[in-house]
Amino acid sequence: MNSAALALNLNAVLPELVMVVAAAIVMLLDIFNRRGRAPTKAWLPWVALAGVLVTGAVSIWLLGQPVTSFQGMAIHDERAQALNLVVLTGAALSILLSVRYIPTVNHQTGEYYTLLLLVSTGMMAMGSATDLMVVFLALETFSLGLYILAGLNRKSLRSNEAAMKYFLLGAFASAFFVYGAAFVYGATGSTRFDLIAVTLFDGKADLPLLYIGITMLIAGFGFKVSLVPFHMWTPDVYQGSPTPVTAFMSIGTKAAAFAAFYRFFAFALPTEQATWGWALAILAVLTMTLGNLVALRQSSLKRLLAYSSIAHAGYILVGLATATPAGIDGALYYLISYAFMNMGAFAVVILLERQGEMDAEGDRLKGLSRRHPQLALIMSIFMFSLAGVPPFAGFFAKFFVFAAAVEGGWSWLAAIAMLNSAIGAWYYLRIVVDMYFAEPTADAQIEPQQVSLPLTITLGIAAVFTIALGVLPSLWTGLVQTGVVSTLALR
Amino acid sequence: MALSIPYLLTIITFLPLLGAAVVMFAPGDGTKKWLALATTLVTFVVSLLLWTNWQQGEAGMQFVEDAVWFAPLGIRYTLGVDGISLFLVLLTTFLTPIAVYFSILYVDKRIGPYMALMLLLETAMIGVFLALDLVLFFVFFEASLIPMYFLIGEWGGQKRIYAAVKFFLYTFAGSALMVVAILIVYFSAGTFDIVALQSTPMPVAVQTWAFLAFSLAFAVKTPLFPFHTWLPDAHVQAPTAGSIILAGVLLKMGAYGFLRLAMPIFPQAAQQFGPLLATLAIVGILYGALVALMQKDLKALVAYSSVAHLGYVMLGVIAMNAQGVSGSVLQMVNHGLSTGALFLMVGLLYERRHTRMLDDFGGLWASVPVYTGLFLVVAMSSAGLPGLNGFVGEFTIMLGAYNYMPIFAVLAAAGVILAAWYLLTAFRKMAQGEITNPANDKHHLKDLNFKELVMVVPLVILFFVIGLFPNLFFDKINPSVEAMLETRTVLLQQGTAAQMPSLELAENVVTEAK
Repeated sequence: MNSAALALNLNAVLPELVMVVAAAIVMLLDIFNRRGRAPTKAWLPWVALAGVLVTGAVSIWLLGQPVTSFQGMAIHDERAQALNLVVLTGAALSILLSVRYIPTVNHQTGEYYTLLLLVSTGMMAMGSATDLMVVFLALETFSLGLYILAGLNRKSLRSNEAAMKYFLLGAFASAFFVYGAAFVYGATGSTRFDLIAVTLFDGKADLPLLYIGITMLIAGFGFKVSLVPFHMWTPDVYQGSPTPVTAFMSIGTKAAAFAAFYRFFAFALPTEQATWGWALAILAVLTMTLGNLVALRQSSLKRLLAYSSIAHAGYILVGLATATPAGIDGALYYLISYAFMNMGAFAVVILLERQGEMDAEGDRLKGLSRRHPQLALIMSIFMFSLAGVPPFAGFFAKFFVFAAAVEGGWSWLAAIAMLNSAIGAWYYLRIVVDMYFAEPTADAQIEPQQVSLPLTITLGIAAVFTIALGVLPSLWTGLVQTGVVSTLALR
Repeated sequence: MALSIPYLLTIITFLPLLGAAVVMFAPGDGTKKWLALATTLVTFVVSLLLWTNWQQGEAGMQFVEDAVWFAPLGIRYTLGVDGISLFLVLLTTFLTPIAVYFSILYVDKRIGPYMALMLLLETAMIGVFLALDLVLFFVFFEASLIPMYFLIGEWGGQKRIYAAVKFFLYTFAGSALMVVAILIVYFSAGTFDIVALQSTPMPVAVQTWAFLAFSLAFAVKTPLFPFHTWLPDAHVQAPTAGSIILAGVLLKMGAYGFLRLAMPIFPQAAQQFGPLLATLAIVGILYGALVALMQKDLKALVAYSSVAHLGYVMLGVIAMNAQGVSGSVLQMVNHGLSTGALFLMVGLLYERRHTRMLDDFGGLWASVPVYTGLFLVVAMSSAGLPGLNGFVGEFTIMLGAYNYMPIFAVLAAAGVILAAWYLLTAFRKMAQGEITNPANDKHHLKDLNFKELVMVVPLVILFFVIGLFPNLFFDKINPSVEAMLETRTVLLQQGTAAQMPSLELAENVVTEAK
């Protein structure tokens, strides 16, 4: 190893650094705001958004120049950048959703945007971590931020409950994770993924100890991505959190935890794939089936989307269970598609909410097409996409993930997943039925204060990309695999 | 030298989509209506270029367009047309203006979205018949669900919502496993190219599973007994134009899927399951006809007659010999025209009387002779009277079925008798006898006017053209069918040859054991 390799290569953490700087700027602006010297409050979301966009640009610039750094504890390859882009998409869209929304639940918007950026930083770090300790640091960074964000509405009992529940269960999950990491360390003598792999390859690992560790790690990860049976918190927390936070959580957490999940299993345990592949496959089946079945019976829109997000976690896990590069790329495609369609769906939920209520009953969708035909049309696009009907993004997302499953010899898993998506179609379709074919109730209208320009823009972006990714899948794969955009625009 | 246009197939496919976008943003209901009609008419005229520029006697795909769609998985945007799909495309572009024109006359509710959906549907249907890539095919196949779902659910009859949801979920669930099967085929054969797949041998196990999954999707769509239960609901509840399109074109997507994909790509499995499918087709023919006989609602009668007619088409497809398949292709077109026309006639009557119950009518001969006369022609075309289109198709299919397994031809012939029976019974109840209800007399009931004749007469002319000059059509269909069957035979022989060594091995083991 020469000195050049030992030198710190900051490129490996450049996006995270930029993000932290942006968070600091937002925090400082907020201080001026409190002194009352300058009315910076209105700028906060836009500064935060600019930070996200700059980070995205840096991520795209870094594409195609993979680096490892910090003695192999972090790596920035195409997948890490792709994950960054998913997280940043989620962050950018939820900032747009928050502009009008957050001041109504909490006046400390400076804290909110700072936390949002720091949470994003943690999520991005998850995707580039190649050491269990770094994974844990990143996990805690974004989890702690999310606990606070979930309880942002201090006056709402439900928001408090959500934060409390999320924090307590999350703390247990983190404990499991650390404990599992300790077992893995005990079994293999390292927390670095490549060293673990080498130990396993040499047959020097203590396998029983390792399996205990892996089981606990799966529990820890499973909690974050709400796999069955670690999903119990999801509906309550989704329902109780401010909706932009829920929207961000549903995408960012999933993306980050899945990325770390993949790195750990594919980098550290390639030799044990026969074992954990099956474990993940079984978890995937449980997760998607339960998520879909319970979603059938939900009346609250946010709870419905919560269970639907559990089901989608199951589909994504199919890609990970295969452990092939195609499976991972499929999962990433799924995540970016899900980011757009789910963000769009949550934006519609915000429109249907009442001041300070933070949830909407499904009844409010009834007859939406009569009063707001454009909105109903856009919502239908999201619903059909979530159901996996072509020509929308959700179709290719499923197609790529299941293609990887079939290629890896998991055809039965793909078949179960497809049958599940047929169940899922039922409740997504029910929303469309309500919007178009049900008589409008007196309750079914949008209060004007929920409407804002940034929210409309979010809806537009989400709809455009939900269609674009369904018609031209190479838009995304081209970007993250060859950095086409970077060669054209930035270099 | 005929006029030739580059990217002809893309233009035909996406012209309606463009029209839909324009219709959405056009001001005023009147403009929207006529823009929609103009789009479908232009599409029809452009699609006629397929006929005029046709390479006579050419068996392979024509007007082929090919581009990479998604490189990592080798998904391509490939369009092409041969003798099998040519007439289905023309049928689509021919029936859609009629359906749109009917809607212009009779639909007033939210005409803008209605027309946009009709146009979207046309794009999806044409795409299905032109796609030569499995994924592209599937995308169009599934995309057709959304517009049809809204057309039934928004503009349909009393139980429209139930019917729409049932339609969507049945077909969506039916094709869910097809996605997995498509992937299995891809990873077994290494391509999504439909033409290449038709000559690629695949292991029998793969064929069996993939064939079953494909068959499920197409059997629901066709529909084949016992997967037909969504059809009567959807038909009875759909608006007239929706029924015309549903019966005329959408159902063909299932039979076409069998013909283009399931049967030739998985020849061994298809051979194995052939008798089972043929039995289902026969049950469908007889069951559909018997249930139609019992119907009091004219539209339900036509809907069940569709189940029976599609049974014939399926029988010809399953027979997989030259007569059967050619007959099926023609019969798909015939059924589209005849049943489309029947739904049109029922719709015209319904707009006058707001009932479809047979008992409410009687003696229409005397009050509306033009309507009744045309109805009789349409009914006879559907029943397969010689000289009209239905006869040619059914007769050819019967020949094919006889060559396949004589028993099926015999049973299918019974279905022809039943068809004549229910159609004539319906006609007797409607048209003959005394006028019992004053609403049916001359003063209350108006005969067809010029606008309505414009829709019906072209259909009737085509009945005679196909009935009297079938070779105009068979000349274009036959080369492609024969080429497809030849490739299939080669594939089947290869398959048996490949199995031989293992069979010999098994025999050796048995003899040694003795």
